[in-house]
Amino acid sequence: MKYSYPDQEGHFGQFGGVYMAETLIPAVEELRDQYLRFRDDPEFKAEFEYELKHYVGRPSPIYHAKRLSDELGGAQIYLKREDLNHTGAHKINNAIGQALLAKRMGKKRVIAETGAGMHGVATATVAARFGMECIVYMGAEDIQRQAPNVFRMKLLGATVVPVESGSRTLKDACNEAIRDWVTNVESTFYIFGTAAGPHPYPMMVRDFQCVIGDEAKVQMPEMIGRQPDAVIACVGGGSNAIGLFHPYIDVPEVQIIGVEAGGHGIASGQHAAPLTANSKVGVLHGNKVYLIQDENGQIIETHSISAGLDYPGVGPEHCLLKDIGRAQYVAINDDEALAAFDALCRFEGIIPALESSHALAHAMKIAPGMAKDKVLLVNLSGRGDKDMNTVANIKGITL
Amino acid sequence: MSRIDTTFENLKQQNRKALIPFITAGDPAQALTVPLMHGLVKAGADVLELGVPFSDPMADGPTIQRASERALKNGMSLRGVLDLVAEFRKQDTTTPVVLMGYGNPIEAMGWEAFAKRCAEVGVDGALTVDFPPEESHEAFEHLQAHGIAPIFLLAPTTKEARIEQVAKLARGYVYYVSLKGVTGAGNLDLSAIEEKLPQLRKHIKLPIGVGFGIRDAATAKAVAKLCDGVVVGSRIVQEIENSTEQNVVANVGRLVQELRVAIDN
Repeated sequence: MKYSYPDQEGHFGQFGGVYMAETLIPAVEELRDQYLRFRDDPEFKAEFEYELKHYVGRPSPIYHAKRLSDELGGAQIYLKREDLNHTGAHKINNAIGQALLAKRMGKKRVIAETGAGMHGVATATVAARFGMECIVYMGAEDIQRQAPNVFRMKLLGATVVPVESGSRTLKDACNEAIRDWVTNVESTFYIFGTAAGPHPYPMMVRDFQCVIGDEAKVQMPEMIGRQPDAVIACVGGGSNAIGLFHPYIDVPEVQIIGVEAGGHGIASGQHAAPLTANSKVGVLHGNKVYLIQDENGQIIETHSISAGLDYPGVGPEHCLLKDIGRAQYVAINDDEALAAFDALCRFEGIIPALESSHALAHAMKIAPGMAKDKVLLVNLSGRGDKDMNTVANIKGITL
Repeated sequence: MSRIDTTFENLKQQNRKALIPFITAGDPAQALTVPLMHGLVKAGADVLELGVPFSDPMADGPTIQRASERALKNGMSLRGVLDLVAEFRKQDTTTPVVLMGYGNPIEAMGWEAFAKRCAEVGVDGALTVDFPPEESHEAFEHLQAHGIAPIFLLAPTTKEARIEQVAKLARGYVYYVSLKGVTGAGNLDLSAIEEKLPQLRKHIKLPIGVGFGIRDAATAKAVAKLCDGVVVGSRIVQEIENSTEQNVVANVGRLVQELRVAIDN
C-alpha cells in the first residue's frame, strides 16, 4: 500500500487531527481550504521557489565531513547544510511558505511561537520581507538562554513577548500564541514553526520543508552515485526531520533515524524524548501525539540543553512512522550532543546548532561500527551562533 | 429526566434564567471546593461548572490559568475532582454539576472509565474545550452510554453548518462563548450576541448559556435577557484569588448573590 498521509481530516493513523477550541475551528478550516487551493497553484509554487532560490539561497549544499569521518574510522558522514540558509536554519523554508499564504489570505499581522529563536527569527525575517506586523511569543527561560536571537528579532522589527507561565519554554510560548490567535483570529495568521499542531499545519509545514529531502535525493546520487544508507535528523516537533525523511519514505533501502533530546538521560526523567521514552498518546496544541505526561494527563516539564528540542510532544507523522516501523527513534543526551558540537567545530570548521548536534552525535555513535563505504546523511538543520552563551556557560567561560 | 433538563425546565416555568458559576476544583484548597460548591448553590447558582485543572490551559486567560496552577500545586487531579463531586452529592442531589476542562486528563484516564465514574459520583455533563465534535466520536459513545451530557462550546466565529452539527450531538445545554478571546477578557459585545442568537436558536433546541467576559451584575443582567443561562467564571475565580481561606466562601457567596439578584430583576 502506498504511503499517503494525512487523511482528509488530518489524521496520520490515530495521530494528528484538529483538537482546538471552537473559536479557532473556522480559522483552521479556512487555512486548510486556502492551503489546499494554493498548494498546487503554479503561481504560488513559482513564487515559493523563487524566494527559496534568491532569498534563502537554496539549494543548500551537501558536504562530505571527511576529516570527521576519517577520525571515526567507519561510515562516511555527509551533512545537508541547512545551516547555510538565510537566517541560519531550516525554519525559513516554512516561514516563507506560510508568509506567502498569509499574503494571499490578506492577513497583515503574523504571530509565532519560538523555542531556540530560529523560527522566531525566520518569522520576523519574512514579516519584514513582506511588510507584515510580527509578534513572537517566547518562553522567559528561552529568552535568557537565546539572547542573541531575541536581539535579532527586535532588529527585524518584531515584538518579542516573554511568556512567564508554566515552564516558561516552548510549550508555554505555543499556549500564548494560541491565546493571541483566539483573540485576533480575523486579522492574524499564525505562522506555526513545526510539523505539529492542528491540521493542516503538520501537512503544510512538512510540504514546505520537503525541499530538504527533495534536494538531497538529487544531490546524493550526483555526489556518490546512490542514495545514502541512512538519513538522520534531530526531532523536537520534527519539522527539519520530516522535511528530510518524507521524500525517502518510499525508498525502502534508506534507513530513517530520528534523534530526540535525551537531556540528562531517559532514565532520569529529565528529557524531551516522547518517542524514545515510550510516552503515552495524548492531546496537546491541537493534535493527538505521543506526549510526555504524568499518570493524570498533566504535561510534565521537559529538559534539553537545546531550547529548540525542549518540547513534550512531537509531530503526528513521526508518531505514525514510529508505529509502522518505517523510522527508528533514538535519544542523545546533553553531554553527547555537546561532544558532537565540539567535534564538528574542530574537525570541520562548522559550528552546528545544539539541536543539530543531537543528530550528528548519533551519526558519530553508529559510524565507527559501520563499513567505510556506508553513508550517513545528517541534516545539519541550523548553525550554532545562537548557542554561544549556552556553550560558554557550560564550559564555565564568561563572554 | 436528567438533573440539567429538570433544572432548566423548572427555571423556564418560573420565567427565570440560569446562573452558572465556574470554579476550578482544588482552588484555593482541595478542602474548600465542596464548601464553595454548597455556598454557590445557597447563593443562588442553578448549575455548577467545576473546572478540572490542566497544565496547559490554552483557552484561558491569566485569572483561570493561575487558578489551574494553584489547584495543580494542591495536588488536584481528575480522579480527585470526581471524588470531590461524590462528596458534594452526599448533601446535594439536585444541583447539576458539569466538569469543564481539557481533553488530555480524560484521555489519560480513558473515556470509558471517566464516563462510568462520572455516573457513579453524580456528574451530569462534561465540556472539553479542545475536543470539537469531529474528534469526539469515542468520547460521546461512552458519555452517552452513562447518561453524561456532552456540553459544547459555540463561538462568534462558528458557521451555520457547524451549529447544525453541534445541535445533533449536544445534550443538557449549549455554551455560547460571547467573544473572540480567552476566558476573562473584557471586550463583551452585547449587540453581537443579540445578532448571533437567532442563528443559534434556529438549530439548537436546548437551553443556551452565554459566558466569557461577564464581569459584574450589570453585564450578567444584560446577557441574561438574551439567553437561558449566564456563565460567570473569571470574575468568581478572581474573588477566590483575592480572598483568604477563612473568608472565601462568604465572599464568593456574596458576589453570586449579587449576580442572582441582578439576573432575576
